[in-house]
Amino acid sequence: MGIDLIFRIAAIGILVSVLNALLNKSGREEQAMMTTLAGLIVVLLLIVKEIVNLFNVIKAMFQF
Amino acid sequence: MVEILQVLGLGIVATVLIVILKVQRPEIAVQISIVAGIMVFLIVLGKLSVVIEFLNSYTRKVNIDASNISLLLKIIGIAYIVEFGAEVCRDAGESAIASKIELAGKVVIMVMAVPIITSMLDLIVRIMP
Repeated sequence: MGIDLIFRIAAIGILVSVLNALLNKSGREEQAMMTTLAGLIVVLLLIVKEIVNLFNVIKAMFQF
Repeated sequence: MVEILQVLGLGIVATVLIVILKVQRPEIAVQISIVAGIMVFLIVLGKLSVVIEFLNSYTRKVNIDASNISLLLKIIGIAYIVEFGAEVCRDAGESAIASKIELAGKVVIMVMAVPIITSMLDLIVRIMP
């Protein structure tokens, strides 16, 4: 599951870059901005789960 | 031994992806580095838990106060997680926030170490004539 998530986030990043370039070229700057924001939020939602997982593991392991 | 190869592969792949994305999407590069850090920690976790279990069993055997060892483990955990957060901030170029996180970690560790310091001072006072 580890490397999967990294590949997924990288794919989202590349996709957002391409969409951003396309939308900027066709003169839709505000939609390009929205795409950037959407990509950021999707990735954040993906990694929040992992961060919670890390905190739980650390709590369990170091006996907080 | 398989773990080190996993960590190495994960780190190299993550680094390549971060370098690809850093110019265009720095925010997603930061998020990849966070995930890579978490994954590396989760990989080495299995090994670390064996050591902690050994430490606990040894503590029971030689009759050391268990709360001291638990405090020590807590401090190690805080140090690790503070380091992780501060490095993420520093990678993203926010070294001011990284310093603040480190300061908070130091303060929390000092507060948690107060019982150990007091017990040591008590011991010193007791053995002094």
